[in-house]
Amino acid sequence: MADTSVGTRRTLQLQERGEAGPGTRADEVVIGISPAFGDFFTKTIVDIPHAEVLRELLAGIEEQGVQSRVIRYRGGSDLAVIAHAAAKLSGSGIGIGVLSRGTTMIHQKDLVRLSNLELFPQAPLMDLETFRKVGRNAARYAKGESPEPVPARNDFMARPRWQAKAALLHIKETEFVQQGAAPVELDVRIQLADAG
Amino acid sequence: MAKQSRRTEILEQRPVNLDGFVEEWPEVGMVAMDSPYDPKPSVRVEDGVIVEMDGKPRAEFDFLDQFIADHAIDVEATEAAMAIEPVQIARMLVDPGVSRNEVLAVSRGLTPAALLEVVKTMNVVEMMQAVQKMRARRTIANQAHSTSARDNPVQVAAEAAEAALRGFRELETTLGVVRYAPLVAIALQVGALAGKPGVLTQCALEEATELELGMRGITAYAETISVYGTEPVFCDGDDTPWSKAFLASAYASRGIKMRFTSGTGSEVQMGNAEGKSMLYLEIRCILVTKGAGVQGLQNGSISCIGVPGAVPGGIRAVLAENLIASTVDLESASGNDQSFSHSDMRRVARLLPQLLPGTDFVCSGYSAVPNYDNMFAGSNVDAADYDDWNTIQRDLQVDGGLRHVPEAELLAARNRAARALQGVFAQLGLPAITDKEVEAATYAHGSQDLPLRNVLEDLKSAQQVMDRGVTGLDIVKALEGAGFSDMAHTLLAILRQRVSGDLLHTSAILTPELETLSAVNDANDYAGPGTGYRPSGQRWEEMKRLRHVVSAQNPEQEVG
Repeated sequence: MADTSVGTRRTLQLQERGEAGPGTRADEVVIGISPAFGDFFTKTIVDIPHAEVLRELLAGIEEQGVQSRVIRYRGGSDLAVIAHAAAKLSGSGIGIGVLSRGTTMIHQKDLVRLSNLELFPQAPLMDLETFRKVGRNAARYAKGESPEPVPARNDFMARPRWQAKAALLHIKETEFVQQGAAPVELDVRIQLADAG
Repeated sequence: MAKQSRRTEILEQRPVNLDGFVEEWPEVGMVAMDSPYDPKPSVRVEDGVIVEMDGKPRAEFDFLDQFIADHAIDVEATEAAMAIEPVQIARMLVDPGVSRNEVLAVSRGLTPAALLEVVKTMNVVEMMQAVQKMRARRTIANQAHSTSARDNPVQVAAEAAEAALRGFRELETTLGVVRYAPLVAIALQVGALAGKPGVLTQCALEEATELELGMRGITAYAETISVYGTEPVFCDGDDTPWSKAFLASAYASRGIKMRFTSGTGSEVQMGNAEGKSMLYLEIRCILVTKGAGVQGLQNGSISCIGVPGAVPGGIRAVLAENLIASTVDLESASGNDQSFSHSDMRRVARLLPQLLPGTDFVCSGYSAVPNYDNMFAGSNVDAADYDDWNTIQRDLQVDGGLRHVPEAELLAARNRAARALQGVFAQLGLPAITDKEVEAATYAHGSQDLPLRNVLEDLKSAQQVMDRGVTGLDIVKALEGAGFSDMAHTLLAILRQRVSGDLLHTSAILTPELETLSAVNDANDYAGPGTGYRPSGQRWEEMKRLRHVVSAQNPEQEVG
């Protein structure tokens, strides 16, 4: 399971800025978050704060010199749908989808929806370092590179510990789906909780 | 933070507290077998057609209802069967004075909701007593997984040989990299032959490839044909009960044994349980299997065991799944095949309801490899548990299908398996297996103990196996050519079974003498104390042996 100890406490503010449009810059990655991410839910299945998840993804993209946008996908809770929607809105055609529980996927707009560039199916194994690497790889795909996939991890004891909670989290997230609602653009502010 | 007692600290550290537990939530189906939203039993027949089932008129049937009403339930028997109180049927199940056939005459007419009501009146001890009687085959058996984290065929062959020697009558493999399948399926078959004759093998894959390997005679049976308890989840897999029945008939057309797979928890896991209990939905799967004319079912939650395992009464519901499969006369391959708990006590408690009464296959996948090599994502029991298993059999005089085998015999079988595969690969022009690999596979515990293979070259030749149309007969010829004549003859005899079709009978296995043992010629005749299958004679003597037993003749020595 992932190391959930996070040194500092950060807060996440997500401000909706209207319907998300297609990107115009070829050097961007779009991160699509699920309906309840950073909203009803505040942390992943192993208690990593959503503020830290987004921070690592954004930092990974930024360190490759690539731009990013964050959207909320409201019309469904299926990871492939969210990641593919983000990819289709992305100027580079590369998107990242992330569910509240931490399951993550890198997608490309020309792939079929049920395919993907990289999938991280075991949410309990997603730690800060992995999120950073996901951001980094997505940015490298956006630059037209072919990075080594982030090493997949596997834990055969994840099922007894997390399977039922994952089912509950999925059902709960699905309750926040607004059928047919368009994705919205988000302003992201991540601040230290005790700052100022 | 509030001050914590030392006791709490110790309890917090117990492995059981690493397991996940959740509250019930019946509205979304997060409930084992007792939901206020499950339908109440009813049936109405008009002109030989079921026009109402479990409170729903025929016009409102979904495709599972329709399939079950038209193909699984005996219209002639249903009204009389449904008139019997559920608790009365439960008593018939438990009462050794009521024969298995008398129960089947009633169960063939029961609807899903009625079967649910029957098991809801039973506690786990009563269910175990019923499984003891309702299991189709008199003799119990066990099934193992033989897989490799590196898809290493040499390892899979050696492990198959050891598993066969230890007593498993079916072996299953699957892959990390699916393109490796033809080589690993050949390795499983060859390895099993080196351990003990007559062990049936399968390779779990996407359905078309799995069928093709079976038709070619590279595998001997199939199991991973999944069915689900709600229409949306069924449709997610682009399937219907009819498409699954069609696939089943494709296997039958070639005389190949097959069973379906289902289990509690899959529908709620996929978020489409339609507010029904896990067991009610599983009963629909059991009856779809029956309706498709398939001889058996692998159930007992299987890959979703973390879901029923997390709710109250979940493991009771898992036993009820197995019982109902047996109660509608299906072969029961009863789970215990997926990593279930961090707690050794819980692992055993989850196992006993199948082990004690005995099922057709106590595990539908005991991991014959260490769990880190288990490509089915880990089993409830693995290769490190062999001695515990053998000891539990001996303590309780309960047959779990396995035996202790002295080291020398194991090493000989593992070595022979690896050498035979070396010979077969050479004969078929597949990438060489070195003597170093043979040696390593003989003494290994897992893939970490084996030299790496050239994966790209293996994958290329795996594709050639498919392109060249290699069949089971080619493996027979290769074994003969490589000097493993006895294994060649055994494999030919196994392939001949497809012509006789005996392995299509319910609960069929092959004995080491290559005779079919099934519900037809080895029907369960349990009728209370002193009857049915009980380990005795040679088998009981075999079960008495363990790794360390002090000799009565000379207490300074050990026997076995």
